[in-house]
Order: sequence, then structure tokens, then C-alpha cells
Amino acid sequence: MEEARRVAAAVVDPEVPVLTIDDLGVLRDVRLEGGTIVVTLTPTYSGCPAIDQMRDDVLLSLTAEGFGDVRVDFTLSPAWTTDWMSEAGKAKLEEYGIAPPTHRAGERSGPIPLSLGVQCPRCRSLRTREVSRFGSTACKSHFECLACLEPFDHFKVH
Amino acid sequence: MNAQLNDAELAESAKATEAAPATTRRDAASIAALHDAEAADVHVSVDDVDLAAELTGADASTTASPDVAEYAMRLGDDALILSQRLGWWISRAPELEEDMALANIALDLLGHARSLLHYAGTATGRSEDDLAYWRDEHEFRCAWLFEQPNGDFAHTIARGLIAAIYMQELYTALSASTDASLAAIAAKSVKEVAYHRDHAVQWTLRLAGGTEESRARMLVALTDTWPYIDELFRDDELHERLGDVAPLPSSLRAGFDEVWSAVLAEAEIAERDYVNPKVGHSSGGGRFGNHSTHLGPILAEMQVLARRHPGATW
Ligand SMILES: [Zn+2]
Repeated sequence: MEEARRVAAAVVDPEVPVLTIDDLGVLRDVRLEGGTIVVTLTPTYSGCPAIDQMRDDVLLSLTAEGFGDVRVDFTLSPAWTTDWMSEAGKAKLEEYGIAPPTHRAGERSGPIPLSLGVQCPRCRSLRTREVSRFGSTACKSHFECLACLEPFDHFKVH
Repeated sequence: MNAQLNDAELAESAKATEAAPATTRRDAASIAALHDAEAADVHVSVDDVDLAAELTGADASTTASPDVAEYAMRLGDDALILSQRLGWWISRAPELEEDMALANIALDLLGHARSLLHYAGTATGRSEDDLAYWRDEHEFRCAWLFEQPNGDFAHTIARGLIAAIYMQELYTALSASTDASLAAIAAKSVKEVAYHRDHAVQWTLRLAGGTEESRARMLVALTDTWPYIDELFRDDELHERLGDVAPLPSSLRAGFDEVWSAVLAEAEIAERDYVNPKVGHSSGGGRFGNHSTHLGPILAEMQVLARRHPGATW
């Protein structure tokens, strides 16, 4: 069981390959049911196409390590949040050039959008600007740094 | 800000789209490995078309009652048709960032539609694809707002603003549903719809406060789209029967009005600027399969491939 968990946890996110599905908080559970290893995943965003690939990669990794009887389940509840991202994951993201989520996901209320300062992963400046709330994938927004002038992705608080 | 797209911009944004990163695809090696694993007779549960079977939330084996299925179909069709409409903008939006924003919103909505229609289909043994591709126009249950044409960019924003404010009120309330699957889908969706609302609010303010041209277009768009609001909040017998499973649409109206008024006040738009008393509300019978003339053509486009090549995958 420990071994199965270790193998599943090492599978990487196909869209942000420095993060494992464990870092990302997508891996919810690994358990033994009868003789079957049951892995439970939760999607990040509803329409995220990467979830299919993650499912296949979990199956492939486990069968390659000799686990013959494997099932992957999905759950929507509780809904995924960036609060589940590991500290190690956030550090890896920043090193990779993606600004990690800046704060905990709180209750959103008023209709007027608010955004907090995001630090440039390259030069550490806080003089940055959100170019678009919607970046190269559903989980990222697009920023530019006003100090070093480089564009970068920000992993949105969700 | 000029919401109209000229040919040069169109060409530019089309080029930029080609250069954008491709969506995730399984590479040949991993497909081969998958086949090897299957050939080795291990019990790997791979069923590509059935992914959504377990994306309905709490319990994969839950079957919706006929009334819950009808309700889930209404919500699923709203999301599906709006998603299909928004897809048209990809490579045609006024700027590259907008291409990506509208595509992201369309993808979120498609995810919601997939979960909702999958759940709706459990009542009659149909998959979400059966429901999306093999129902005819009169069997769709979307409200008229969602089938309205894209118009110019301002029309797309006006439609998106109404849709997102409504969906946020709806999914917030539906998160407390006594039906665990609907509650799970709603709790997941409401977080994403919040981004859609921010997007529409920001553009409404930009267009209304931009040039004379952009403001004039925003007002035309609101005038044209406003009549479709009312249908979203009409109660009918289904809601009475559902009880605590779903909020009454009329109960969502006050929350909608509060946000709508706040946004339009910020944009310095008064009700008289977009409400034409001679026009009134649409008769909108979408919940009962009576649709505007706009639904047929978009269904034809959406369904042609699946109907022409049944069972095709790619
Ligand atoms: Zn910088």
C-alpha cells in the first residue's frame, strides 16, 4: 500500500510537469479494496482536459510497478482548491517560472473584482500587472513584470 | 477600444492562435504502453468514453429521478449551448488574451454541461454524448438567452454578464441542494463562474467607459439582450415538485438584481438607457422545448459530425 501510494503520488501534471498530482492536491486517496488498488482523483477545473491523461498515467505507473489490479475513481466533492497545494509544490512552481497562488482561497462576495500583489518569479519584484485572468491553461492567469518586463504565468488562487 | 474586428486583426489573432500551445494529447508511446498493459491481461479499468461516469460528484452509482433529470438537463443545456456559442470566438476575438479568455470560459461551461447531462442521462440510460448529439431541437431545455447569437463583441459580453450573474446566484443556492450530486456539481461550478462574472463585469465597465463608439455598442447590446433576463427567473410545476432539491428561480431574482444594478451603476448606465418599454420580455419557452429561431442552426453545426459518423472518436 505504501508503495502504491508512493508510485501514484509521483505521477506529474501533464500541463505543469514540475508538479506531481500529490503536490497539486489532485490525488485524494489511495486505498486497497479487496485485492484492488483504488486511486481517487479530483479534477482542478470542470473542463480540464488534463484529467484524462492523469488517470491514464496513474494506471500506467502502477501497472508498470507490478500492481495488476488497479482502478481510478473521480470525485467532485469537496471541490478542489489551491489550498491543497503543498509548500514543496509552490516552491517548485516558482523555480519553474510560474508565480504560485498568493493566498488562501476565501469566500468571494462582491461583484467588483479584487486582486492582490503577485511577485515576479524571475526578479522578485511586486511591480506586476495582470494582463488576463485567463492564461495558457484554466488554472493560470497571465501577468507581466513592470520591473524586468518579462511576461509570466500565475497559478490562480482558486 | 474598438469592438469591431477588422481583417488585419483577424489574421493576426489567427496566426497567434496557431502558435499557441496545443492541448494535451496522449503521445504515441503512452498509447502503446496502454495497449501493452491491456495485452498483458491485467485488470486495468480504462474506458475512455466513460470518464464522466464518475464526475457527477458524491456517488458514482446515483441515478437521477425523472424530475431531477429534467432539471439537470435544463442547466446542462444552458451551459452546453453557451459553450458552443463562445467557441466561435476562438481566433476571432479582438485580442489574443480574449481568445484565451473566451475559450477558457467555454471549456469551464462544457465541463459543467458534461457533469449535468451525464447525471440527467442516468434516468434514461443515456450518456452525455447521447443527450448532446442525438436530441432534436424541441428536446433541448435551454433558455433563450443562451441561444442568442454572438452579435458583436458587446453583445457577447452583455449575454455573458447576464449568464454569469444568474449562474453564480443559481449555483450558490444549489450548493445547498438535498440532492448530493447536484450539490457537488454546483459547488464545483460556482468557483469557476465567479471568474466568468469578473470577466464580463470588467468588459462591461471598459466598453461603457471607453469611446463613444464602444459605449453606444454596449447600450445597443444591453437593449437587445435585456428581454431574455425574465425567462431565467420563471417558476413552473417542476420547481414546485422538486422542493428542497433546487431553488425556485424567482428566489434568485433579488440577488441577481442587486449585482446587475451595482455593475450598471458603476458603468453609469441607467435603466432607461437599455429598457425599451415597447419591446417587453421575451416569451421564451425554452424550458418546454419552444425555442427561438437561433437554436436550430447552432445544433446543426454542433451535431453534424457525431450524426454523420456515429461513434467517432478523436
Ligand atoms: Zn520581473
